Amino acid sequence: MLEVKDLNLYYGAIHALKGISLTVKDGELVSLIGSNGAGKTSTLHAISGLLPISSGSLTLDGRDLRKVHPNKIINLGLAHVPEGRHVFARMTVEENLLMGAYIIRDSKKIMKNLEKVYSYFPRLRERYKQLAGTLSGGEQQMLATGRALMTDPSILLMDEPSMGLSPLLVKEIFSIIQTLHDSGITILLVEQNAKMALAVSDRAYVLETGKISMSGPASELANDDRVRKAYLGA
Amino acid sequence: MNTFFQTLIVGLRLGSIYALVALGYTMVYGIIRLINFAHGDFIMVGGYTMIFTVPVALRLGLPAWVAVLAAVVVCSLVGIGTELIAYRPVRKKGTNMTALITAIAMSLFLENLAQAIPSIGPNPKVASQIFKAGGIHIGSVTMEYTTIITLVLSAVVMLILYAFTQKTRLGRAMRCVSEDKAAATLMGINVNSTILLTFGIGSGLAAVAALMYMAQYPKVYTTMGSLLGLKAFVSAVLGGIGIVPGAVLGGIVIGLVESFTTTYISSSMADTFVFLILIVVLIIKPAGIMGKNVGEKV
Repeated sequence: MLEVKDLNLYYGAIHALKGISLTVKDGELVSLIGSNGAGKTSTLHAISGLLPISSGSLTLDGRDLRKVHPNKIINLGLAHVPEGRHVFARMTVEENLLMGAYIIRDSKKIMKNLEKVYSYFPRLRERYKQLAGTLSGGEQQMLATGRALMTDPSILLMDEPSMGLSPLLVKEIFSIIQTLHDSGITILLVEQNAKMALAVSDRAYVLETGKISMSGPASELANDDRVRKAYLGA
Repeated sequence: MNTFFQTLIVGLRLGSIYALVALGYTMVYGIIRLINFAHGDFIMVGGYTMIFTVPVALRLGLPAWVAVLAAVVVCSLVGIGTELIAYRPVRKKGTNMTALITAIAMSLFLENLAQAIPSIGPNPKVASQIFKAGGIHIGSVTMEYTTIITLVLSAVVMLILYAFTQKTRLGRAMRCVSEDKAAATLMGINVNSTILLTFGIGSGLAAVAALMYMAQYPKVYTTMGSLLGLKAFVSAVLGGIGIVPGAVLGGIVIGLVESFTTTYISSSMADTFVFLILIVVLIIKPAGIMGKNVGEKV
């Protein structure tokens, strides 16, 4: 279980996250929705140690994440698919996936996980030799997701996986998220596409200018008038 | 024709020295986007280390070139120390410009520090013979042993470096850090220690370059790294800074230009042509010969 309590984060003088608390239980798919600049990405960056926080607690299965070096967090079973994919553009698709398994020393296990990722994303297998920088946006998103799955994580943080993709690809990405969720992976999903996010999630939090303004079961939020007006365009 | 081949050989020899030094510039640039102006001075550090260790090697009955091992260790440590003491703290707080100025300061600091050390001082020191004198004669073209060793050794070092970056876990980690530090961290790569490793390897290469340089021009002085370093930097830029094979290509090109200008035009024009070529190439292809301005798809 991932627990975030009273998280505060500053960018210089700007108070970006103002006391955020949220939990993601094992096996849950929880989404964090909100408009641009609400603090969604900052929250994920704080969890995976990419941004220093000024106060609050972050625990994963009871372990204090603040005491873990950022590059060791993946060893605890937490993988992060960053916003904007961040694939290694000058490396091939397969090299990118192998980098995802950087912390694993057992080559048999790496090969097994590689097979699994290729079965999730057959397109990546077809393009295994291609440089990641030359893939389309949707393929890069698949690659970034596949790379994060290379360690068999127990919890996946996904940051705006649908950003910049065509409606068809958005559907494809969300069906993959659904598949991952069904296979038992815990997911914390950050999305601007609130409609799609609420459709696949168990629960959701609404983030507004650094604060959680609403939370609850995804189906309830999807029917809430304020959410519908602000995020679902209804 | 003989003059041509002789010139070609000299150019390749000089070029492989530039290439080794250029690799250090390009690796560090690739990983932290910093032009490490102190890199040329690491050659000087390597040179003096050998001045002091060659006699030791000879006394122990070992060949003189064994001293390069000590130089590699010393240069690597100086490189790592420079990153730890000067560059890392500045990078945390300052801008790219601050780091660049720190690099220039570091270069001048090393040169002046060396001069201030009593056993080094301002006067050049002459190195003893490092490789066997003489060479092989093919027709009327002479390949000195020094030249052969320089060409072979630099080729071997470059191939090892290439295999390391492409095939090993740490080498791949280095490439990841040079592309995207945040993503590398998420993969579980320790970015800071990977940067240190890069400094260690790049600076170690400067020591190997120092060995080859001294085998040819056996004079060591505190500013010996300035022009040599500058030309190697030019090589790195010419090939495409940040690109490892580009540094090798750039080094060879600069070596050949210098050698052919010296033979066929005038030795006093050699450096003029080196920098002229740089300007011309950069006007035509600003990213360098092997540099690509590939737009990344988003």
